[in-house]
Amino acid sequence: MDAEAAKLIGAGIACIGMGGAGIGVGHIFGNYLAGALRNPAAAGAQFTNALIGAALAEGLGIFSLVVALLLLFVA
Amino acid sequence: MANDPIHQFQIQDLTGSFNLGGYDISFTNSALFMGATVATIVGFLLFASRKAELVPGRVQSVGEMWYGMIDSMVKNVLGEDGKAFFPLVFSLFSFVLVANMLGMFPYFFTITSHVIVTVSLALFVVGLVVAVGIWKHGLGWFKLFVPSGVPIAILPFISLIEIISFLSRPISLGLRLFGNMLAGHIVLKVFAGFVVSLSAYGIGGILGAIAPMAMAVALTALEFLVAFLQAFVFAILTCVYLNDALHTHH
Repeated sequence: MDAEAAKLIGAGIACIGMGGAGIGVGHIFGNYLAGALRNPAAAGAQFTNALIGAALAEGLGIFSLVVALLLLFVA
Repeated sequence: MANDPIHQFQIQDLTGSFNLGGYDISFTNSALFMGATVATIVGFLLFASRKAELVPGRVQSVGEMWYGMIDSMVKNVLGEDGKAFFPLVFSLFSFVLVANMLGMFPYFFTITSHVIVTVSLALFVVGLVVAVGIWKHGLGWFKLFVPSGVPIAILPFISLIEIISFLSRPISLGLRLFGNMLAGHIVLKVFAGFVVSLSAYGIGGILGAIAPMAMAVALTALEFLVAFLQAFVFAILTCVYLNDALHTHH
């Protein structure tokens, strides 16, 4: 296989990791919303924690995006 | 190349190149927008507080909300003795927020879409965490990497994981902001490019271009949310990391 083609395929495969980050962020906000509907009084204080969790989960997805960008433009 | 989605991130010399000791220190569009960001923050906050009234007007309320949000964030995460770090967190939040927002204007340069800017900020934050931790707790701060209550058999393994997770903080903090801004702006330009290429195919193409146009409008709204959210996340993670340095609970 051509090296250029392998690079493009690798970039595509690397982007699958972003799907995992999508699942993670959806899971966090879904559970936050479920908890908030059960106990709306406590919801406001926990929104920051939900954002921190979402940011940490999303950061791992960004890593796979960066791997894809490195394969496309740098490697 | 009008349709190249990467072209917007190009750094250009505005005044011609200057060299100092082998380093290129020419004035670029990145430097121009960093200056514009700082000028916007200082200008807006001075304008908002020019005549402070007991019952704030519109601009003064925005300034007070801006200040109050970071003030309560620092108080909630760091506690009362974290007040010394309020100016740092406020400056970081304001810089990232205004840089992201200025980048949303068409033809403006987004400085936070360059990994060198965001990782420099993140390395500064994590370096400060190490410095403050050692200054406050001495060498005892390194107990952060040795959690208590862990069986001695797996302790080396846990310590290794803790050290790796600490060392990956500057990378993840910087790359999160960089990746969000870069990816968002590329997606905006890709959908805008669809509109241009579709409308080259006559009346049917122009009608078909309504769909990507609507998508570009919706994505612009989403990007404004992301611009604010990433600045907020950067500030709150700075607070959470500084909390490790101030209060070592392990």
